[in-house]
Amino acid sequence: MQALTPAAAAIELRGIDKSFGVVHAVRGVSLRIEPGTITGIVGENGAGKSTLMSILYGLYRANSGEIWVGGRLVEMASPRDAIAHGIGMVHQHFMLIDTFTVLENLVLGAEGGALLAGGLAVARAELARLARDYGLSVDPDARVADLSVGEQQRVEILKVLFRGARILILDEPSAVLTPQETDRLFDILRTLKDRGVTVILITHKLREIMAATDRVYVMRQGQIVAERRTRDTGSEELAELMVGRKVRLDLDKVPVRQGEILLRTEHLSLIDDRGVRLLDDVGIELRAGEIVGIAGVTGNGQSELLQVLSGIRAPSGGRLTVCGHTIDTGHPGDPAQMRELGLAHVPEDRLRQGMVAAFQASETSILGYQNGPPFTRNYLLDGPAVGAHCAELMERFDVRPRSPGLRSSHFSGGNQQKLVLAREIARRPRVLLVGQPTRGVDIGAIEFIHRELVKARDAGCAVLVVSVELDEILSLADRILVMFAGRIVGEVEPGRADERTLGLMMAGAETA
Amino acid sequence: MDEAFSFVFLMLASTLRVATPLVLCAMGGLFSEKGGIVDVGLEGKMLMAAFFAAATASVTGSAWAGVAAAVIAAEALALLHGLACITYRGNQVVSGVAINILAAGLTVVLGTAWFARGGQTPPLVGDQRLMPLFLPEAGDNVLVYVALLSVPATWWIIARTRFGLRLRAVGEMPLAVDAAGLSVAWLRYRAVLLCGLLAGLAGAYLSIGQNAGFSRDMTAGQGFIALAAIIFGKWRAWPAFGACLVFGLLDAVAIRLQGVRLPGLGEVPVQLIQAMPYLLTMFLLAGFIGRAVAPKAAGVPYEKER
Repeated sequence: MQALTPAAAAIELRGIDKSFGVVHAVRGVSLRIEPGTITGIVGENGAGKSTLMSILYGLYRANSGEIWVGGRLVEMASPRDAIAHGIGMVHQHFMLIDTFTVLENLVLGAEGGALLAGGLAVARAELARLARDYGLSVDPDARVADLSVGEQQRVEILKVLFRGARILILDEPSAVLTPQETDRLFDILRTLKDRGVTVILITHKLREIMAATDRVYVMRQGQIVAERRTRDTGSEELAELMVGRKVRLDLDKVPVRQGEILLRTEHLSLIDDRGVRLLDDVGIELRAGEIVGIAGVTGNGQSELLQVLSGIRAPSGGRLTVCGHTIDTGHPGDPAQMRELGLAHVPEDRLRQGMVAAFQASETSILGYQNGPPFTRNYLLDGPAVGAHCAELMERFDVRPRSPGLRSSHFSGGNQQKLVLAREIARRPRVLLVGQPTRGVDIGAIEFIHRELVKARDAGCAVLVVSVELDEILSLADRILVMFAGRIVGEVEPGRADERTLGLMMAGAETA
Repeated sequence: MDEAFSFVFLMLASTLRVATPLVLCAMGGLFSEKGGIVDVGLEGKMLMAAFFAAATASVTGSAWAGVAAAVIAAEALALLHGLACITYRGNQVVSGVAINILAAGLTVVLGTAWFARGGQTPPLVGDQRLMPLFLPEAGDNVLVYVALLSVPATWWIIARTRFGLRLRAVGEMPLAVDAAGLSVAWLRYRAVLLCGLLAGLAGAYLSIGQNAGFSRDMTAGQGFIALAAIIFGKWRAWPAFGACLVFGLLDAVAIRLQGVRLPGLGEVPVQLIQAMPYLLTMFLLAGFIGRAVAPKAAGVPYEKER
């Protein structure tokens, strides 16, 4: 049964197939990964990359297909099997326990005995050795909750190495990192490769594929559609392969015609119950006819800023003026009032804040605007009017399928986002706040959403876009503000911004 | 002088006597909750255990057989809870409430059917009860010492052993435990079974240690007081023990003050003092002890697609 080829592949997948109910997530995938290389697997959200890797790591079981590790056919019933075969995975959402120390996280599942003391001492020594060999230093006694995201990721990598893994899978590792942290990660990966570790990098960011990998597989709709040596290909070709057609990632924008100030904050601050300063002296001016982009690493106050601007949370200090109406601690606003003033909000977390997953699309399409005509007459919802409104929005924003009666949760991420955006833009707001406009959205829908935002701006709307995708901010915004630790730490014009300076500002390095 | 000493000694002994089932239950609940399974059914497990302890002791004449039966009865309910919450991923509070209702009804039905004394078991005498070991006037039976030992044991197991580390992990983030290649279900079952063991001992203490027989609803909310003690202690063994002692002391004072006239105050309504643990829980939880941070995954069934 064992076919020992002269140079056995580190991993070979043959005909892997997996369905979740009616969704055919992975369709007959075969691929081969050479030992001691960095291999990229690239594809859009929902292309099946993560599912494929979860199968390799034993989190899901394939419906059919074979997994070969180092020339042997193996059974991956659980992560335990994968670990036993030397495979380790760094998940997109870290598998770390916040309340544990680095050391405790490290030994979980490999404690080396019924009592902890001995195992922890061994782990401490091993951690020191790994730090030396791979240049991965972390304080073993720090609580994970107190570490930066970059450090937490290092702990994840250390965890995998600690278990003796020779094959490392990283799932979207840069999603939460600054550009500098990402560069640092790639340095680490190259060191690992030099030490003979095989690395598999799953990402949808082409720049990272080009920067870090030796070989790349492109996935689309659950299938491998291409395999290339990285040095023989380029971002353009990969993008085309990912989407299956030519894509234009740049936007045509006419120059800004700035109008009056529609939204202004002065010394805005927000302090939570524990006394943590989430927003600190934030001053923003947003004018009609411009798109202002807010860049920053997740968790630096962007979400809170959107919550305060949209009236969901009251500020702890400072003032907010929306279309001539002032809101401060003495006169808190609420979302309904903001809406009446002409402010619309596409929330970051569309599943929790933008819509009710169990509602029909037609209900989602009026959420927040349901009171009063044309949707409500005599305190009752006018079903046909709501349905017609939704059908019209779906037509205008190309939401598929065009079924107002379908549950909102049954639409894809891109179509959900288009529906929410349609709802907010349809009322021709004067101010539009958009959080993570294209999170979990496929490239086709990204193009569409970006164009709609630019259209709104050209029509004289003041648009504020918060995004962790730097590329998005750079291509959309007329002005870029950078947030760090609850403060606006700098303003840049996109023409003069480069990723390096932005990255430094996002990491809190003091620059003007 | 002698009188003062004897008063303090008796109050202490009485506190400990009342606190014993609370401590056992709280430590049991701590294991369960640390592992991410909320256990509202402590009360029901304790009640069922108390009934089977008294019934078995009265039939066999052996207190030890009573203790064994109590543990088996409580473990059966613990397994039921585990089956509902872990295997079938049901709602943990609903399952706990169901267990309480089941125990309240079943003990009376079985008691009436077997002993025909309106739900009570026959009074226990001699070897049918757990007797004081060293200090007859203090009522220090073996389970009092087990309860005292259970506190350092619980602390040590949770803080210092592999099982404890994994238990804490599964209560905080079961996904990480799964990704580490460990069985979430088996860890949680062990937590629930440990809880059953301790709740079973608490029940046995009530009916064949502290009292001489089972009477309907004899737990009288002590399972819930134990839950409150866990929250008071912020899910830590020693502080939870302290909370149990405070509740025990309040109860001991309530018993002592029965019918006593205090100078200037007149007769203190006993009901007021008996209500103290509950009032204290509400007031203190409303902000005086700060934020009590429960294990993050407590109450959340672990689901994943296969």
